[in-house]
Amino acid sequence: MEQKSNGLMGWIDARFPATKTWEKHLAKYYTPKNFNFWYFFGSLAFMVLVIQILSGVFLTMFYKPDTALAFQSVEMGIMRDVEWGWLIRYFHSTGASAFFIVIYLHMFRALIYGSYKKPRELIWIFGMLIFLALMAEGFMGYLLPWGQMSFWGAQVIINLVNAIPFVGEGLSTWVRGDFVIGDATLNRFFSLHVAAIPLILVALIFVHIVALHEVGSNNPDGVEIKKNKDENGIPKDGIPFHPYYSVKDIVGVIVFLMFFSIVVFFMPEMFGYFIEHANFEPANPLKTPEHIAPVWYFTPYYSILRAVPSIAGSAFPGVIAMGASIVILFFLPWLDRNPVKSIRYRAGWYKILIAIFVITFIILGILGTLSPTDGRTLLAQICTVYYFAFFLLMPFYTKMEKNKPVPERTT
Amino acid sequence: MSADAVSNSKRRFLVAATSVVGAVGAGFVAVPFIKSWKPSAKALAAGAPVLADISKLEEGQMITVEWRGKPVYILKRTDENLKVLESDVDMLADVNSDASKQPEYCKNIARSYDAHKKISVMEGVCTHLGCAPKYVPDLNNPFAGSLGSDWKGGFFCPCHGSIYDLSGRVYKSMPAPTNLPVPPHMFKSDTVILIGQDGSNA
Repeated sequence: MEQKSNGLMGWIDARFPATKTWEKHLAKYYTPKNFNFWYFFGSLAFMVLVIQILSGVFLTMFYKPDTALAFQSVEMGIMRDVEWGWLIRYFHSTGASAFFIVIYLHMFRALIYGSYKKPRELIWIFGMLIFLALMAEGFMGYLLPWGQMSFWGAQVIINLVNAIPFVGEGLSTWVRGDFVIGDATLNRFFSLHVAAIPLILVALIFVHIVALHEVGSNNPDGVEIKKNKDENGIPKDGIPFHPYYSVKDIVGVIVFLMFFSIVVFFMPEMFGYFIEHANFEPANPLKTPEHIAPVWYFTPYYSILRAVPSIAGSAFPGVIAMGASIVILFFLPWLDRNPVKSIRYRAGWYKILIAIFVITFIILGILGTLSPTDGRTLLAQICTVYYFAFFLLMPFYTKMEKNKPVPERTT
Repeated sequence: MSADAVSNSKRRFLVAATSVVGAVGAGFVAVPFIKSWKPSAKALAAGAPVLADISKLEEGQMITVEWRGKPVYILKRTDENLKVLESDVDMLADVNSDASKQPEYCKNIARSYDAHKKISVMEGVCTHLGCAPKYVPDLNNPFAGSLGSDWKGGFFCPCHGSIYDLSGRVYKSMPAPTNLPVPPHMFKSDTVILIGQDGSNA
């Protein structure tokens, strides 16, 4: 065995690629020098994952996945009896919402700077799979406190499966493990929430980053820094991730933690959006709460579900529309035919289209928290049409764009 | 063929054969895991029929009993209520319950046994997404606000606003596609109903 250097690191490096990995992914991983505010959210998402795993591991120590004990073990045990249990739970519940805020902003960044385009299509697809896994994780985690909203939220979502023709009813019984949501459902959701999905999430995040480090990061100008290298083969517009961005990201982390702490300590329920009020009542299968709404991060899709009317006595079209609203995102790299990546050098009207898309998405989200009226349903239908038109018409309108000249180097 | 020559076609065949056998094996091993998610023997036993005593049920009152973990409504209707069931047909989506779930002996306007016309037994599970509709007998009820002044009694689902009449038939243009399901049930006597087991209308 030949050692390249001496000392402990030399000994380790001869047996394990410690220095090699450190350099490849951090100290000599060259990132564009022009990252802005939007580039904080990737590393922030990773930090929230760490918060969720750490707080989740400790919550698992005190939680009891049994319909007779679950509510008590959360509201009495963790919130009142366990020392600092309330803080650990609020880390976890706030972390769940924070995760989605950060991920939505991370996805928006990709949307405006074209980070999903060639050669980064797989990064986008892995990212979408992470988003799906995260939604499953959030949905199953929400059942665990076994409050009224846990129960009835899960009831509504699992009953969506019923709408599938022919196999729906058998399939939803299979998912529940009973004719109703009960102990069997709670136990399997617990298992999936604490073991299966986190493992899948971590694996997906791993391949997401491996793919990213293979092709390198995009940037606000959407130019490939690897096209302009100096005599040492280092991109002229690149700086090593560590220490430049590792230090910069710490600033992001501190600002993020300031907001995170304000929520955790002063408004952990976030006025009923992060933890819904009905969830402070134990699950009662015989009594539906006056108003059922999913947690805020699901409400845009829930609005789309409700906006589509039943056809021929079946709620299936709504379920299809809701599924399609997520599936369509997977195809974004091929829907957008404009070769220019960054919104900075694309047509002005494309920016307006994106702005309207953001507004419709937020309106859908707000409508999903409210009970439907005729006017709201109509508004949700208009927003749903725009949501799909924005993506489905993309292959046509992105070809008609008049782009501005894209610079050779980052600006 | 000499002993040390590599036969690529043989290798390909062996790789393919091993993969196929492996995939079949994985398929069989998946069965117990998938089947473990089906309702357990205990859950199936809990699906057994339940008895409900309606001797104390007055006209216009409703009781809720639990069967298979679902709320089952037992409603005793008044003569006036039964008249409404004949006259509200224009507002209903599935008047004759053709697309809805009920035993054959309850497929009529009152959705009940002919001999016990006043007693309606139905699952309190909205056919839209499974919420429990509220019983709103008259306008002296907190939920009656949006139902209009000519409200004749029925059920209102608080989740997405579906409205049903007093035999669980859904109104037109509601999120719920079909009428409330009627579970199989039979009258043990005039005051005892067995829910979960079929009777007959003979």
